[in-house]
Amino acid sequence: MSTVILLTLTGLGLSALYFLVASGLSLVFGLADVLNFAHGLFLSVGAYATWWAAGNLPGAGADGFGFVLAVAFGVAAGVAVAVLVELIMIRPLYSRTIEQVLVTVGLSLAGVALLQASWGADPRPFPRPQWTQGVTSVLGAKVPNSGLLLIVAAVAVLAALLAFLRYTRYGLVIRAGVENREMVTALGIDVRKAFTLVFAIGGAAAALAGALGGVYFGSVSPSQGGSLLIFAFIVVVIGGMGSVVGSAYAAVAVGLLQQFVNYYGTSGLGDICVVALLAIVLLLRPQGIAGKAATA
Amino acid sequence: MTDLDTASKTDTPATAAPPEPTPARRWWTLLRPWLPLVALVVFLFVPYLRLEIPGIFDGPLNSPGTLQLLALCLVYGGLAAGYDLLYGRTGMLSFGHALYFAAGVYGTDILITKAGLPLWQAAPFALVGGATLAALIGAIALRTAGIAFAMVTLAFAQVGAILVARDFGGLTGGEEGLPLDVSGLPAFFVGVANTYNLYWLALAYLALVVFVVHRVSSSPTGRVLAGLRDDERRIGVLGLDPYRFKLVAFTLSGTLAAAGGIVYTLLVSGASPHITSSELTLSLLVMVVLGGPGTRWGPVIGGMLYMYLDHRLTAFGTSSAVEALPGFLSAPLSQPLFVLGTVFILAVYFFPGGLASLAGRLGPLLRLIPNRRR
Repeated sequence: MSTVILLTLTGLGLSALYFLVASGLSLVFGLADVLNFAHGLFLSVGAYATWWAAGNLPGAGADGFGFVLAVAFGVAAGVAVAVLVELIMIRPLYSRTIEQVLVTVGLSLAGVALLQASWGADPRPFPRPQWTQGVTSVLGAKVPNSGLLLIVAAVAVLAALLAFLRYTRYGLVIRAGVENREMVTALGIDVRKAFTLVFAIGGAAAALAGALGGVYFGSVSPSQGGSLLIFAFIVVVIGGMGSVVGSAYAAVAVGLLQQFVNYYGTSGLGDICVVALLAIVLLLRPQGIAGKAATA
Repeated sequence: MTDLDTASKTDTPATAAPPEPTPARRWWTLLRPWLPLVALVVFLFVPYLRLEIPGIFDGPLNSPGTLQLLALCLVYGGLAAGYDLLYGRTGMLSFGHALYFAAGVYGTDILITKAGLPLWQAAPFALVGGATLAALIGAIALRTAGIAFAMVTLAFAQVGAILVARDFGGLTGGEEGLPLDVSGLPAFFVGVANTYNLYWLALAYLALVVFVVHRVSSSPTGRVLAGLRDDERRIGVLGLDPYRFKLVAFTLSGTLAAAGGIVYTLLVSGASPHITSSELTLSLLVMVVLGGPGTRWGPVIGGMLYMYLDHRLTAFGTSSAVEALPGFLSAPLSQPLFVLGTVFILAVYFFPGGLASLAGRLGPLLRLIPNRRR
C-alpha cells in the first residue's frame, strides 16, 4: 500500500513538472498558433538563473528566504527571456506560423549550445534547501519533500491561472482569442498584447518548473529543458491545444502512467506507454480530451 | 488533371519579360539544364583527383578522410531532399524523420551484427522495415494536421530514441552504440582503402533520391501534393482523398530516409544513439530551410553545406585562432550548433526562400553593376 502511495505522489510530482511546462506551451499554442520550441530554453534559463543566483546574488542562497529570492530571480529571468523572444523574434513574423516555429527551433538549438558553451555539457549540482532533501511520512510512505513542493507549486499556478483567465479582463481576451483570434481582432482588441502576456506567463511557469525541477532532480544540465519539452508536447496534444484544464488532466495521466509502469515494468517502458496513450487518444479523439475550446 | 494544371498555372506569378539575350546569357540558357549532369560527372571523378584545396579540406580531395566527409555530405544532401518531399513539397511539418533514418541504420546494423545476415539480405529487410514503420506511424499521425502533426511525429520518434537508449534485449548497445560487424560485408566496402566505393555508394544514393523526388513531384501525384501544400480543401473539393496522398508522401519520404540510413551505417561502420535524437530532425529542417524548401536543388545543397559546416565548425571551434579570442566570443564559437542556429534564424528573417532564392535576390544588384562590354 505504501508503495502505491509513494508512486502516486512521486508520479504527481512529475505531473506537476509537466503541467508547469505544458500550461504555457498550451496557451501560447492556443492563442498564437505557435509551437514554441524555445519553451524548453525558458525552462533551462530559469534553472540556470536560479542556480547562478543562489551562488552569486547577494542575499540569495540555498536556504530559507535566500532560496525564495533565488527562485524569484530565476522566474524573472525566464519572464524576461520569454518577453524578449516574443517581441524581437515572434512579433515580426506575425501570422506566418511556420516561420515562427522555425525561428523558435533555431533559438532552441542556439540557446542550448550557448548554455553548454557557458557552463559545460555536464550536469551541475543544484543548490537545494535542506528541508527539500528530507522525506515526509504520508500514510506510511516516505515521500520526498521536493516532489510535494512541486505539487503545491503546480496547484497554486493552476489556481492562479484559472482565476486570472476567469475573472480578469485580460483573461477574457485570452480566452476569447484562443477560441477565435480573428473575431477578437475584428472587435478592435489588440491580440498581440495578449501574445506578449501569454509568453510572459508561459516563461514564468516554465522557469519555475526549471528551478523546482532542479531541486527535484538535484542537478541542472543544458539538455534538461529539451527532454522535458517532449513530454510537455505530448501533454499538450492529449489535453487539447489551448486548454489549461485539459493540460492539467493530461499531465496527471501522463505522470502517473509513466511512474507506475516504470516501477512495475522495465525502466523506460513507462515512457513508451505514454506515447501509446497519445496514439490511443489521437485515434479516439484527434482534438485531444478538452479540444481547442474554453480555457477555464 | 487538367483542372489542377490550370490551377497551378494561375498560382505561379507571371515571370518578368526575359532580358535581351547577350551571348553569355544564351550560353547559360543552353548549358543550364546540363549542369546537374556536369556536377554528377565531377563528383564521380573526385576519387581520382589528387587536388589540394587548402582551407576547405584538410588533405587532398581523394584522401580517405576527405572522401568520408564528402560522402557524409552527399548522404545528408539526399536525406534533406527526401525530407523536403514532406516539408517543402507537401507542406507537412514532421519532427520525427530521424526515426526512419535510425530504423535504416539500426535495422541494418542489428541484422548484420546480431543476426549475422549478409548485407544483401539485411539491407532489403531494413528498407522494408523502415517503410512499414513510416506507413504505420503516418496512418496514426495524419489524423492530426499542422502543428499537432509535428508534435505527434516528434512523440513517436521519441519512442525510437528511448528504445535505442534503453538497450532493450541488448540489441542496440545503448549509449555506446553498436559497431558494425564488418566480417559479413562484401570486401569492397571494408577498410579505409575502399572509402571511394562507399563514396560512390553515397553519390548513388543522392542521385536516386533526387531522381525519385523529381519524378514524383513532376507526376500528377506531385501536383496533388503541391495542391495539398497550398490549399488542402481544394484537393478535397476535387474529390481526391488528402489523407491517402499525404500517407503516400509520408511513407515514400520515410523509405528514402531508411535507405539513407543503410548507406550511413556502411559509411561510419556502426550506429550511435545520437542519430535517433530529435536534434537530427531539427537539423534536417534547418538544412531544407537554409537551402530553399520546395526548390529543385536547394535542399540538396542545404544538406551538403550544413553537414560540411557542422563538421568544419567543430574543427574551427577548437582551432588556435578561436581560442585566442576573448572568452565571451570563443566559447559560443566553439559550439557549431550555436553558429548554425544563429545562421538559421537570420536566414528565416532575411532569406525566406533559402539559398535557392539567392540568385533571384541578387539579380537586381547585378544589374546595377555597369556592363563593361556594352
